[in-house]
Amino acid sequence: MSPASFSRRTEADRFADSVEAAVRDGGRFAGLVATARDDGSTVLRALVATPALVVIETIVGSGVNTYPALTPLVPSAAWYEREIHDLFGIEPVGHRRLDPLVLPLGPHSARPRPGGSSPASAATLELDFAALPGHVSGEGLFTIPYGPVRSGVFESVEYLVETSGEEIPHLRTRVYHKHRGLEQRFVDLDPSDAVLLAERVEGAASVAHAMAFSQAIETLAGVEAPRSAQMVRVVHAELERIAAHLDSIIRHTEGAGQAVAYARMSLHKERIMRLRALLCGHRFGRGVVVPGGVTGPLQLDPDDTLAEVGQIDRAIASDAKALMATPSFLDRLRGTGPLPAELALANGALGPVGRGSGLVGDIRLQRPYGAYRFLGFEAAEGFVKGDALARQWVRIEEIRQAFHLVRQGLDELSEGDAGPWQYDVTMTDGLALGWVEAPQGELLYLVEAEGGRLVRVKPRCASFHNLALFAEAFRGDIFTDFVFIEASFGLSIAGVSG
Amino acid sequence: MAWVLRGLRDGVVTTRYPRQPDDYGDGFKASVSVIAGSGDMLEGDAGRATGVAEKLAGLCPTGAIRLESGLRVDRGACILCGNCVKARPDLFAFDSSPEVATIGRQSLVVPSEDDDSLGLVRAELAKRVRTLRRSIHVRHVDAGSDGGEEWEVAALTNPIYDVQRLGIFFTASPRHADVLLVTGVGTAGMAGPLRRTFEAMPDPKVVIAAGTDATSGGIVHPTYASGDGVGSIVPVDVWVPGSPPSPFSLLHGICVGIGLLAGAESAK
Repeated sequence: MSPASFSRRTEADRFADSVEAAVRDGGRFAGLVATARDDGSTVLRALVATPALVVIETIVGSGVNTYPALTPLVPSAAWYEREIHDLFGIEPVGHRRLDPLVLPLGPHSARPRPGGSSPASAATLELDFAALPGHVSGEGLFTIPYGPVRSGVFESVEYLVETSGEEIPHLRTRVYHKHRGLEQRFVDLDPSDAVLLAERVEGAASVAHAMAFSQAIETLAGVEAPRSAQMVRVVHAELERIAAHLDSIIRHTEGAGQAVAYARMSLHKERIMRLRALLCGHRFGRGVVVPGGVTGPLQLDPDDTLAEVGQIDRAIASDAKALMATPSFLDRLRGTGPLPAELALANGALGPVGRGSGLVGDIRLQRPYGAYRFLGFEAAEGFVKGDALARQWVRIEEIRQAFHLVRQGLDELSEGDAGPWQYDVTMTDGLALGWVEAPQGELLYLVEAEGGRLVRVKPRCASFHNLALFAEAFRGDIFTDFVFIEASFGLSIAGVSG
Repeated sequence: MAWVLRGLRDGVVTTRYPRQPDDYGDGFKASVSVIAGSGDMLEGDAGRATGVAEKLAGLCPTGAIRLESGLRVDRGACILCGNCVKARPDLFAFDSSPEVATIGRQSLVVPSEDDDSLGLVRAELAKRVRTLRRSIHVRHVDAGSDGGEEWEVAALTNPIYDVQRLGIFFTASPRHADVLLVTGVGTAGMAGPLRRTFEAMPDPKVVIAAGTDATSGGIVHPTYASGDGVGSIVPVDVWVPGSPPSPFSLLHGICVGIGLLAGAESAK
C-alpha cells in the first residue's frame, strides 16, 4: 500500500483552524471520525484529501465534552458533527443546527461511544423521537412526510418536503430509522469476521467495503495481497460497479415510464448478478475479498467469462445508446436536480455525483490501490452540467470503462500462474486507512488496533458525504422530478445511517 | 418503434418457475446442510469431553452451529460465509436448492425434528390465505437491511422472474396489501413504522421475513439498535433465510405464504 496518509496532532481549540487551513491549501474535506477512549475522552480525526490523506487529530478531554465546531469554517463537516454528537455526546460549539441525525436520544441518555470498552445496550440508551425538530409553519406552507414506508421497493428513509404546493423549496432527510449500530458491532471482532460485517454495511457495495477494510488491515500488517488476488478483486469490484450503475439507470427508466428500457436494463443487471454468482457462488460477491487476498480463484474459466462479459457489454452499450437518444426520456433528466459546480467543489461531492458537476477525483487514479496501479482506464470526466442527465452520462461512461477493466483483469488471470491467493496477515497495533472508489464514490475505512484487537472500525461511505448535498439539488424542481433526483444520486441509505 | 423491436430482441427469457424447476435456481448456494450421519460420532460424552462442540460452534461467526441432540445448523442465523464448509467438509455442505423458506422458525434448524404443532400452524395459514391465491399484493418494508435484499426483491419484477405472471404485484399502500415482505434486522427506529404498516393492512394477511437479517439479526445483531430479526415486532408466517436470499428463494417464500407451494420442511 502506498504511504499516502500521515497524521498531525493539534489542540482542541486550534482544531477547526488547522482543518480549515488544510482545506484552504487545496485539500478536500473527506470526513470526521471520533473514537471513544476508556478515560472518557474522545479522539477526533479530520480527514483531508490532498489527494494524499492527511489526518488531523485532536483530543476532547473527558470533563470538557465541547470543542469549537468545524462547521462554521468547513460547511461540509455539518453532518459529521451531528453524527458524532449523536453517538459520542460531545458538542461542537458554534454548530448552527445540531439536530439528531442517526440516533435521536433524550438529553440525559447515555451514548453508544464506539471505541470505549463498555458497550452501550438498548437498556442504557433512551430513544427520544421528540428530540427531532418539528415541522415548519407559515401561511400556505405544509410539510409532506415521504417515507420511511412509501411506494416501491426502497430502503427506509424519510424525506420531509416543506412546500406550498408543487415546488420543493426545502427538503429535510431523516435517516435514523435504519441505524443499526454497526460501529459498535465492529469493536473486538476478529478481522476475518469483521470483513463479513463490512460486506453488510452497504449491500450494493459489498466488494468495495471488503476491499477497503482489508486494505486497511493489510497496511497494519505490512503485507500486500498477491497480485493475482488483486486482479480477482478488480474483476469483482468492477462487476459490482456495473450492477450498481445499472440499478441507478433502471430507476430512471422506471420513473420515466420507459417500460421496454426498464425491462432491458433489468435483464442486463440480472445477467451481471448471475455472472458474479458463477464467479464466486454469491450474487453480491460476498466471501471473496478477505484481509491478505481473496479466498480463491475465479470459479469460471476466464475465457468463458470473457465471452459472457463481451456479450453483456455490447447489449448494454446498444441499449444505452438508444436510451440516450430517446427524447421522452431525456426530457425528464435534462436540467433536473442541478448541483452547481461551486457547491459540489465546496462540499467535496464524491463519485458520479461530483463528476457530473465537473469535479475530477476518481480515487482509483488519485490514490491508486491494488491492481489499479497496473491497469489502464480513463476517469469519467468532462461532464459539467450537474443535472441528472450529466450524472447518467457519467454512469454510462463508467460502465464502459468498468468492462474494459474487467477484460484486462481476466486477460492477466488467464495467462498468469494460478495463485497464491492469500498471504497470512498478522495485525500490528496502530491506525490505518483503507480506501477504494466504490460505485457511489470514495469509500474510506479507518481502522485502529490495540493489543491485537480491533478497537475501532469506521466506514465512511460516499452516500453519507453526498446526502448532505441531496437537498441542495432540489432548487426549483417539482414533485415529479423527485424520483430522478433520488435515482441520480444513487445513495445507499444503509451506508448513511450506519 | 425502435424500442418495440428491442423488446423482442432476446425472445422469452422468463423462467417457468414454480411450474417447472429452473436450472439457474438449482445451481446456486442457498443454504448449509449437515451431511447425513456425519454428526453421529460427535454425540454424547465423547464429543463433550474433547471440546468438539466448542470448536465447531467457533467456526461460525453468527453462532448458527449447535451440538444439541445431534449436530445442527440454524439456517435462520447462517449468513452463508462458508467457514464451516471450508473447515469441515466432512460435516457441512452447501445446498443449492433455492426452496429454503419454512413456515416454522424451528424448521430452519436442520436437520429438523418432526414438530406436531407445525401441522396446526400450516393448516391455520392455509385456511387464512384460501381467498388470496389469484391476485396478491405485496407491501415491502425495510426494517434495517443492508440494501442487498432490496435489490433482490426489486429483481422479482424483471423479465426473468416477472412475478406479475403469477398474479403477484407490489403495492404502494399497506391498505391494499395481502403480504408484508419485511427485510432487515428490525432496528429500534423501524419498529414503530413496521408495526403501523402491519396494523394498516386488512385481514387476512401474511408476513414474510425475508433474509437472515430479518430472521435472526444475522451478523449485525446484537447492538444497541438492531434486533434479533423482525419476529419480535410483527407475527411472522414464513421465514426465508439467505444473506440476501436470491430472487428464487424470495419467490418460493411468497408462494409458500399464499399456499401455492409447500415449505421446505415438507420436502423431506
